[in-house]
Amino acid sequence: MAEVEETLKRIQGQKGVQGIIVANSEGIPIKSTLDNSSTVQYAGLIHQLVMKARSTIRDIDPQNDLTFMRVRSKKNEIMIAPDKDFFLIVIQNPSD
Amino acid sequence: MAPKRQKSPSRKTGVKGKVKDNLTPSPMEKPDHPDDIYPIVLTTATQELFECCIDEDVTEQSPYKLLEKDDIIQDIKTRAAVSDFHPVKQFVLDYPEDEILLVFDVDFTYGQSFYLVLTPEAKARIYNVLQPPQPEIIVLEDDVSKTPEPKPWISLGSELEVDQESVKETREKLCYKFDLKRRPGLPVCFSDRNSTEAECRSVACPSYQDSRFSIKQMQRDCGMQAVPKLQSSTAQTERAVQRNVFTQYEPRELREKEKENILRSEKLKKFVNSVTPRVLHALQQAHIMNVFTDDFKALGIGAEASDQLVMVSEGLKLQWTFTDEKRAMGKKISSVSWHPTIHGLIAVTFIKKQEEQLDKSTVYINSPAFIVFYGFPDQSNPRLLLECPDDIFAFEFCPSNPNVIVGGCRNGKVVLWDISFHIPHLQGTRPNSKKASDSDSDTDTFDLGNKKENKTPVMSYCAVSSIESSHKSPVTDVQWLPKTFEVTRTGVPVQKISNMSVQVVTCSPDCVMFWDLRVPKLQNQFLADRKQDVDQKTMMTPYSIPTTFKHLDRTWKPLFRVSLPKIDTSGEYAPLKFSLEHYTCNSNTGRNTDNENDGAEVLPEYSQLRIPSAKTLKTLDDVNTKFYVGTEEGEIVYTDWKLEEDEFGRKFSAKPLLCFRTHAWFVNTMQRSPFFKDILLTTGGWNFAIWKEGVMGGPIFVGPSSEQEYSAACWSLSRSAVFFIGRNDGSIEVWNLLLNTSEPTHVHEHVASTRITCIKPCITASKQHYLAVADNLGVLRVFNVPKALRSPVKNEDLNMQIFFDQENDRLKDYLEWEELWAKPRKEEGESKKQVEPDKPVTFQVDSEEADLKEYSDYLKLEESILEHTGL
Repeated sequence: MAEVEETLKRIQGQKGVQGIIVANSEGIPIKSTLDNSSTVQYAGLIHQLVMKARSTIRDIDPQNDLTFMRVRSKKNEIMIAPDKDFFLIVIQNPSD
Repeated sequence: MAPKRQKSPSRKTGVKGKVKDNLTPSPMEKPDHPDDIYPIVLTTATQELFECCIDEDVTEQSPYKLLEKDDIIQDIKTRAAVSDFHPVKQFVLDYPEDEILLVFDVDFTYGQSFYLVLTPEAKARIYNVLQPPQPEIIVLEDDVSKTPEPKPWISLGSELEVDQESVKETREKLCYKFDLKRRPGLPVCFSDRNSTEAECRSVACPSYQDSRFSIKQMQRDCGMQAVPKLQSSTAQTERAVQRNVFTQYEPRELREKEKENILRSEKLKKFVNSVTPRVLHALQQAHIMNVFTDDFKALGIGAEASDQLVMVSEGLKLQWTFTDEKRAMGKKISSVSWHPTIHGLIAVTFIKKQEEQLDKSTVYINSPAFIVFYGFPDQSNPRLLLECPDDIFAFEFCPSNPNVIVGGCRNGKVVLWDISFHIPHLQGTRPNSKKASDSDSDTDTFDLGNKKENKTPVMSYCAVSSIESSHKSPVTDVQWLPKTFEVTRTGVPVQKISNMSVQVVTCSPDCVMFWDLRVPKLQNQFLADRKQDVDQKTMMTPYSIPTTFKHLDRTWKPLFRVSLPKIDTSGEYAPLKFSLEHYTCNSNTGRNTDNENDGAEVLPEYSQLRIPSAKTLKTLDDVNTKFYVGTEEGEIVYTDWKLEEDEFGRKFSAKPLLCFRTHAWFVNTMQRSPFFKDILLTTGGWNFAIWKEGVMGGPIFVGPSSEQEYSAACWSLSRSAVFFIGRNDGSIEVWNLLLNTSEPTHVHEHVASTRITCIKPCITASKQHYLAVADNLGVLRVFNVPKALRSPVKNEDLNMQIFFDQENDRLKDYLEWEELWAKPRKEEGESKKQVEPDKPVTFQVDSEEADLKEYSDYLKLEESILEHTGL
């Protein structure tokens, strides 16, 4: 657990990172650095997005799979790293 | 397998015994088709090959198996005599279809464990009859595999009818050929002949009714179709009982323990380790390069560069020119104002020029003064005319109620109009006016005058101030007090209850007066009975005077007046223009805006309003009661409007706090910057100055003197560094303080043919920027402001703020320096009476002094030389 903590701290320490959320495959947040309501909202919405994206990739080519997603918006960038059992969400502010 | 059992005994009634007796493969027969069932034995090898293992692929419940004919033939070929299908080889080869039915015979009805159905009909029968308990897929397969067979045609007598109806040739067609023998070579003569002539003998056989012979129609074919003329049908949907149902959900969350468990798990560790490098990579990428830059927008940074380029090429584009020959003849425009809410409506006042003022009486009769409303796009027909008692020098729309207009006349009176009656006409009837102008152009021109009069409504003024209490000289500036505060009789600002502007400030060269639109308390009883007679909402004809301000008419008196005694000498300043600081009250803004929204449609009844007693209202201490006044001599005076009491209890105006002689001549414009509340632009004479409220030392920036007199100025509404100055020769100078402070960025030469009297900008709802320019000949030109001048540059406000601060600091430094050196200077020369922070002027003075000194030195030198040489 300490290892996990330490790795997450490393990510958190990067410049511009606003928050990190670790959620399980159903979209239920496990660990987060944001407040509860935002965490729950992000986890739920991004879970749906990831499912959709993953099914898109696999529909096009069943041997392909989603490895990483970056959603750039006006105000910040959301990075999602999905996995079989979990996914990691990192929200970052652009560098300016 | 009950049905099967029933079938088999029924089918093989007499033959059952036979089966039991001989186990030879003698085919059991059905009554219709012999040889269609062939019991066979299948070894396990064969069973596996064909996937019909007992109790695996074929069971009691599903004993049917379709075997491919090709497979069976293959098996026969490969295993020859050993193959189980060998005895039926011939049958299989003859089998018409591709699939042969193999049935697992549980009860050994035919003597063996399997039997092969040899004919398609039997297969169909066995298969389809026992179909219902089986899944449908098999049925479909069966149906599809069988091609439909055409049934033989059964004659029902229709062919006779068909034969009767059909048309057949009874005999062969006869062909006749006619020939005329001639000898070739003879001359030929061709001529025309009309076929209708009697001589040509064309034989025709017209039909005629033969009386000897008649056929009676025995049978007639006719068809009938019943069509309902009107058909009505109804349907009723079942109306479910309406119920309010709420669903409330909350997100799923894991309990703490579960979270802990997961956090500790190996899986999570692995996941995090695998994912982290990618995430870090992405984060670093985003950090290294700003991925959010919009390259296209970044090109717009060239706007600053283009400021200098575009200025040259693109300029103010003339959009419309409004002239009204009848009313503008020989007059100049004194004031221009855009209507605050109605798009495209601009109001203009004309005044007679100075030369014509000699003959006042005739002038008064000949051409009465009007405020003319022009609307886009009609360039020659005004929309509305407002009658004025005399030439109006200044007017303004009420900010809270744009239907009320206050104006100041040449004779010193203050006039009020209420145009609410004509608002629909001003807003909507553009097609009307267009039609009017079209019809004008169509019909003869002699009637033009008449038609115009008919179409343009004229409205008279509502109220005019009383003669004794008006100004003694022309009213040169009129402004509404903002609706955030009001003043009492002594000038003390108090809080406003209602959300409308009801107070007006006027100024003329004799003094500054504050007026209130409401009924003063003293006149309450006097007007009470008067009011009862007058109906509140009378129906108005276009020519009647609205009664909005009846209570003020001819009895209107100002609340108080502010005079400007000179600081050093006796006498008073003659104010021409003034500028107040707009106060926005912070505490009640929320409530006020709501009220405003509600009450936006409710036009206030001014006659009902009363000036509240000063005691009941809360004094607003943070309102800046000081204001800037520009005078006839080019001085800018900063004074307080609050009246002070002297030892006798009389109210008098205090001496102004500051006075600066910045301009050489009349101050013709004082305008606050729309972006910075404390920055003021003044123009007068030959230069302009920028002032900052609160800075007592003088203007923070004075522009260079120009050769042409400046006659009008206005800030740009969208760019904080840009302002326009109109000149005496009809040119407009565009100044951009961020680019160049010593000369105008661009000069639009001769925009008007004569002196420009007024410039007013406007931004319409459709993001169009217009600049209205009025000149000395009575022509109003509306220009379109080009994009370069209207779209603000990045950080313009910030830069302007910095600029003003810099100028402020510079001024302060200069003043300090002046203080240090002023004393000895004062002893030297008397020309520096006041602190003049006007840098060019002081430089000039300095250089003049220096020149004088030099000259006197030179003279001395010359004298000495001359003496020396003995002349």
